[in-house]
Amino acid sequence: MRDHKLAGNPLLWFVAFLGVVILPWHVLEDGFSLARLVGIAAAKPDEASALAQAARFDRWWLWGPVIALALAFHAVFLTRSRATQGDALIVAGFAGLSLIGAQGWMIGARGWYYPLFEVVLGALPMGQYGIGIGGALAFLAFLLMLTNGLAARGAFGGDRFVASAVGVIAASILLFTIWPVATILGQAFQAPKGDTLAHALASRFMSARIWGIACLYSGAACGVAWNTLALATATATATTILGLCFALIVTRTSFPAKEWLRLLTVLPIITPPFVIGLGLILIFGRSGIINQAFSALFGVELGRWIYGFNGVWLAQVFSFTPTAFLVLIGIVQGISPSMEEAALTLHARPTRVFKAVTLPLMMPGLANAFLVVFVESLADFGNPIILGGSFGVLSTEIFFAVVGAQVDFGRAATLAFILLLFALAAFFIQRSVIGKRSYVSVTGKGDTGLQQGIPDWVRRLAYSIALPWALLTMTVYALALAGGFVKVWGRDWTPTFSHFGRAFAIDWGANGIVWAGGAWSSLFTTIKLAGIAAPLTAGIGLLAAWLLSRQRFAGRTALEFALMLSFCVPGTVIGVAYILTFNIPPVELTGTALILIICFVFRNMPVGVRSGMAAMSQLDKSLDEAAVTLRASTFRTLRVVVLPLLKPAIVTALVYSFVRAMTTVSAVIFLVSAQHEMATVFIINRVINGDYGLAIAYAAVLIVLMMAAVGLIQLAIGERRLGRRQDTAPGEVNRRSAGA
Amino acid sequence: MTGEKKQGAEVRLEGVAKRYGKVMAVKPLDLVVAPGSLVTLLGPSGCGKTTLLRMIAGLERVSEGRILIGGGDVTDLSAGERNVSMVFQSYALFPHMSVRENVAFGLVSEGMAKAQAHAKAEEAVATVGLAGLGDRLPSELSGGQQQRVAVARALVLEPDVLLFDEPLSNLDARLRRSMREEIRDLQKRLGVTVVYVTHDQSEALAVSDTIVVMNAAEIAQVGTPRELYEEPANVFVATFMGEANHVRGTIETVRDGMAQVRLDTALIEMPARELGEGPVDVVIRPEAVRLQPEDEANGLAATVLTATYMGAHAEYNLETPVGRLFAVAPEADALRKPGDRISLGFGRRGIMLVKP
Repeated sequence: MRDHKLAGNPLLWFVAFLGVVILPWHVLEDGFSLARLVGIAAAKPDEASALAQAARFDRWWLWGPVIALALAFHAVFLTRSRATQGDALIVAGFAGLSLIGAQGWMIGARGWYYPLFEVVLGALPMGQYGIGIGGALAFLAFLLMLTNGLAARGAFGGDRFVASAVGVIAASILLFTIWPVATILGQAFQAPKGDTLAHALASRFMSARIWGIACLYSGAACGVAWNTLALATATATATTILGLCFALIVTRTSFPAKEWLRLLTVLPIITPPFVIGLGLILIFGRSGIINQAFSALFGVELGRWIYGFNGVWLAQVFSFTPTAFLVLIGIVQGISPSMEEAALTLHARPTRVFKAVTLPLMMPGLANAFLVVFVESLADFGNPIILGGSFGVLSTEIFFAVVGAQVDFGRAATLAFILLLFALAAFFIQRSVIGKRSYVSVTGKGDTGLQQGIPDWVRRLAYSIALPWALLTMTVYALALAGGFVKVWGRDWTPTFSHFGRAFAIDWGANGIVWAGGAWSSLFTTIKLAGIAAPLTAGIGLLAAWLLSRQRFAGRTALEFALMLSFCVPGTVIGVAYILTFNIPPVELTGTALILIICFVFRNMPVGVRSGMAAMSQLDKSLDEAAVTLRASTFRTLRVVVLPLLKPAIVTALVYSFVRAMTTVSAVIFLVSAQHEMATVFIINRVINGDYGLAIAYAAVLIVLMMAAVGLIQLAIGERRLGRRQDTAPGEVNRRSAGA
Repeated sequence: MTGEKKQGAEVRLEGVAKRYGKVMAVKPLDLVVAPGSLVTLLGPSGCGKTTLLRMIAGLERVSEGRILIGGGDVTDLSAGERNVSMVFQSYALFPHMSVRENVAFGLVSEGMAKAQAHAKAEEAVATVGLAGLGDRLPSELSGGQQQRVAVARALVLEPDVLLFDEPLSNLDARLRRSMREEIRDLQKRLGVTVVYVTHDQSEALAVSDTIVVMNAAEIAQVGTPRELYEEPANVFVATFMGEANHVRGTIETVRDGMAQVRLDTALIEMPARELGEGPVDVVIRPEAVRLQPEDEANGLAATVLTATYMGAHAEYNLETPVGRLFAVAPEADALRKPGDRISLGFGRRGIMLVKP
């Protein structure tokens, strides 16, 4: 589009006008109605618009947005040249954002937030609720004015669409990740009343419950920080070894049931995080089949050994081996066969090829798999909560600090802070490992060559480790699901559908269908919220991926870094951070469905970003550029050229974010409310009450539901094609080179 | 495309430079591309020629300087706002659109109704000799056909300036030759201004009105193909424009613009090119070296190191007191043998003085 128009769109000003003058500025505490939307005429200060509150109800601090609106009027309607209008928009937008931010930051529900202001500015007899529809719209409008102004001044390549997209994504990361995490920091470093900061910090951070090493020399428990690290290390080690065995079998042997092993990679995606834990309890628990068999045969009670480190570790290894497998299969496949062929032609024996070429080339991948699982184990909540018993890890301790008998947000924040530090450390190590030494070679050249086999002894070793484990995994899953079909596991083995009945009964009432089962409401809520979150997640994620991989702008690296960083914040940390941050003005969200959706979107965005980046890297950049030189606007380029070519990535992002929203528990458990109960939280509450049957029945339904979703992914995407020859079809010609 | 001849626009670069952090990708330079001419930017990879082209296209912003197209300042305009089209090295045909949709894409972007755009696209497809293939997908075309679609897609917008970024590098040698003739032919017929990037000097020699040789982010020389080949400004241009031997000699006397240059025992006359007496750089094209019997007077003594039979001609590596020389002899009949001692003479053309 030829576009010599002025930079400011009048529409933006009208949106800001609506937000500041017409609509109620704050959250409507008494519910939403059409009449209440006319905030300018409201009778109560809390329901009035910013202008009305400032003019009629003596809330002087809301003059700020009004002043910014006046500035914006000048910027949009009174200046004429593109450059000066750009400057004016920047000033107006910046003023609007900072004045809205300042009033929200300074004044809470009961007046000043910080005593300092009272001293300087005098007492404030009134407070305010959180920002509502008016405030949100005004904030958005001012943000877009700022980005449009920057674009008019030549930033972001002069592209308003890019500028606005960057602005919105950066602001939302700031609002929904960085701010909450900073709040945690603030809480952890704040002394309770009547205590010095130093003492409070020392007692919180250095407490024996966190760092104690009593377990090394006595029967007492060690600190939760050590527990967490030990568990993560043990889990990551075991899963990396198992994952490597599976990856070697699938890519380098002629094992007949390869495709079945591949299915294993799908399992963790569709499994609610505590199904494995339940399965282990049903096998090894006190009334599990092993214990039952032992006491029946030998009269020996095996006891509760499954509860504690052993059980959690076992459950995590079951849960995360597929993750390691998934990472390593890419690595093993990605090693260019010509390396190994070269070694063979240099007369190396297979064992030497494996030891001197294959294994060293895989080292960065192994380190990566280790760290990925390490972080997953740190953040894991479902397994330790079910099997931990008295063995506490950071994620569960955080939970108990918030929901336990003595609610202690300071302690929760401290623990969350430590967990965050661990996760960040792992993240930075991982980044440097991948960044510096990746030998995976996917080049544009047709890389022909056959994947070589592995030495016999390696193959036998891999078989002997991996195959029993695969069998065991299937047993655990089978038994976990079987538990849903017997009356009381371990005591009454009568087959029954009663658990499904209790969860999903349907009656016919006078007014049609009555959803009588206890699980319906949470299932509907879950599907609804996941359904709303999925397109948002995919959309924002793909947009971010496109910006990061295709646009060059100031702060691009900073944005990428912030995005990647926000992915590694463990769910429990985010959960605590959200309740600490969004429980009070200026942004009051707790108890709403909105906070759950926001949580899903920003927890699951990595899926969208990653699949988007991967797809984008396979897309020739000159396609975008061609569209631009052919006069297409940035938006048209995105819509007509990029999106159609990204279809597979869109499907992946959509389905994964839907599925993950349905299975997540760690962050959500802090955020659910009576109105908005999620399936996973419902299940975990049943487990905690010992009602395994219903929990399993529900989990089974979830798994079936999500299998359907994952089937969609597999259908839409299929296997990655590297254009290499396949062992089975040596005649197949490299498609890309034939088509070029 | 209307077929009638329309004069393209002038492209004027004033002090244009591109900086990535501390690295200068293009140092400040001035350049004028005459309306309706075909100018190639030629240079080794990494010399800044593609960056320069992308700045003209509007795909990169200039760090310094101004770009004027047809007299108007376009420095701050985006790629879509300039009346410029580009043919990409990879063609960048949209793989999910038919040939017709690809060619009509720009017209639809400009707001033309779809039916009209498609009709016009069909015309353009016919102009490049692909009539009847409008419904094909790009993947169903050969490399040369894809190239033509890319050209049609760029031309259909009737741009003031058409840019080519190494358009022939993905084609095989035979196709490359015929495609470059077609491009040159089309350009002359339509009178459009073309800026053409390549690293292949024979391609540049074949298609250009003017060649801009670039090296290390700077313009090394601007001139017609003949000027560049016969009067290179410096050693880089001389060696980049075709094969050349570079040796040191001494100017003994200069008279009437002609210099007497001594290469060891040989004394050779050549244009002085404003150089004075003293040591000087001499460039000798391989075809200017003449192999003579050892006893020939006024020659440069040489020993044959290797002799290669090439069918139509023979190639020699020769050891001489001024250094090794590579020579091409037109007659392959009397092939000399390694170790033969000979004397070298030099033709009038193909040997020249250059500034270092």
